[in-house]
Amino acid sequence: MLTVTNLVVRYGTIEALHGISFTVQRGEIVTLIGANGAGKTTTLHAIARIAPPEGPRVVAGDIQFEGKSILGMEAHAVVRDLHMALAPEGRHIFGNLTVEENLTLATYARQDTARIAQDLDLVFRLFPRLAERRRQRSESLSGGEQQMLAVGRALMTGATFLMLDEPSMGLAPLLMYDMFRALRELNAQGMTILLIEQNARVALSFAHRGYVLDTGEITAQGTAAELMANPEVKKAYLGG
Amino acid sequence: MFDSFLQNIFNALQWGSFYSLIALGYTLVYGVLRLINFAHGDIFMVGAYIAFFVATTFLGYALSPTAALALTVPLTMLLTAAVGVTIERVAYRPLRRKGANRLYVVITALMCGLILENGNLALLGASRKSFPQLLDKTVYTLGPVSLTNQKLAVIACTILVFVFLQFVVTKTKIGMAMRAISYDKFAVPLMGIPLDTIILFTFVLGSSFAGLAGLLFALSYPVLDPYMGALVGWKAFISAVVGGIGDIRGAFVGGFLLGFVEILVVAFFPSTYRELIAFTILLLILYRKPTGIFGIAGTTKI
Repeated sequence: MLTVTNLVVRYGTIEALHGISFTVQRGEIVTLIGANGAGKTTTLHAIARIAPPEGPRVVAGDIQFEGKSILGMEAHAVVRDLHMALAPEGRHIFGNLTVEENLTLATYARQDTARIAQDLDLVFRLFPRLAERRRQRSESLSGGEQQMLAVGRALMTGATFLMLDEPSMGLAPLLMYDMFRALRELNAQGMTILLIEQNARVALSFAHRGYVLDTGEITAQGTAAELMANPEVKKAYLGG
Repeated sequence: MFDSFLQNIFNALQWGSFYSLIALGYTLVYGVLRLINFAHGDIFMVGAYIAFFVATTFLGYALSPTAALALTVPLTMLLTAAVGVTIERVAYRPLRRKGANRLYVVITALMCGLILENGNLALLGASRKSFPQLLDKTVYTLGPVSLTNQKLAVIACTILVFVFLQFVVTKTKIGMAMRAISYDKFAVPLMGIPLDTIILFTFVLGSSFAGLAGLLFALSYPVLDPYMGALVGWKAFISAVVGGIGDIRGAFVGGFLLGFVEILVVAFFPSTYRELIAFTILLLILYRKPTGIFGIAGTTKI
């Protein structure tokens, strides 16, 4: 479904990825693990086609979706036409809008009214707290609720491919459990997921496959079980 | 005394309408882009000139003044919007793409305004244009107060524009997107929303209402000159800030407030004191509430 080949990107003059390659198949959960500054967020920003100066500039390599390069696409078109959505790190919810307005805004490019209503039901079923708080200004939500809104909003774009950047950040253990249970249910319904997670143990127990990113290069890859058994990965990311 | 007070209120509503209509454009663009579009006062001037050319063309084809007016209103708004959009595309967008510091964009806006003024001067010369009479003046006497249809039209248009904008911004998806940009520009494309389209729409709204203001102004005070937008533009900008820039209600209320203050000052003091006292009062308001009447510290909104 998604193929990244020898991708080299820069932020200004700094090269952040030095030629990484990986794939995500339809229906898979794939995770990128690695330390802070390894290039995980940069990778998602490049795929989401976030334009410079906020996003990275691709200088070599390719990103293909269903066999076609998406390097010429703009960020909004990736969401609208390829149904790939990013729930960014730090949530970036629209705090001045209500919960409901945030979710409605995400349907901006959609015409399929019946499906939109279904998706809204799904979001409210997965995250009942959002339904309770639908008329509240979203900046009044707790951190965990804002994270749910960020994921719910990504779903409302009609995504079939979900990119999640640290969805458990700042979440209490119980909420984190809820979040991953919701994501697993989405995956069971066919959602493809590309996940970035600081907590490698959580990520690998959730994903099918994984890649280890270290200062802009992929240093290990395999099924989640293989990576968990890999001594290097154990030592560096799983606490021995 | 009371009679002239009522008359003054009516006049203030009319003056305030011009400020409000222009202030709305300042506040819309600021709300979305955090850019003070200093060319906006001159867009108002351009709107008045566009109205002049459109109206005289129609009258030249022997249309009745009423028919000419009916066609001049939408056409002026459309053409003025085109000017605003052109400035956005040619001057502001390239800077935005390069991530230029906001200061440079504001300076660019100032220069665009000067180019519009001096471009007009170069093209049409320094002589003033007199606007044709499109709306026959009718005076209604309501007890001690005399109302003219022109002034009533100005006030009615402004209220309609306000209601329309308030609806667009609070109820439509494109309005939600405008508010969303003011809060977090980064996340807007991630919702499948083309940023440039929303920004374009914002300039279309702001500029077309400045065009409408130019036309209404020319109907009421039918003498046009290239610098007519400068002082009115500054005053409208100040109104928007006093009302709370970024907030549509703020622009509306701020415009009327300045209209009232100016007219009431003239009612009691020599007219040379008008700006001095008016701006002193606005300064005191800002001193009491630095974010403006509807402004909330920190967060941005439209």
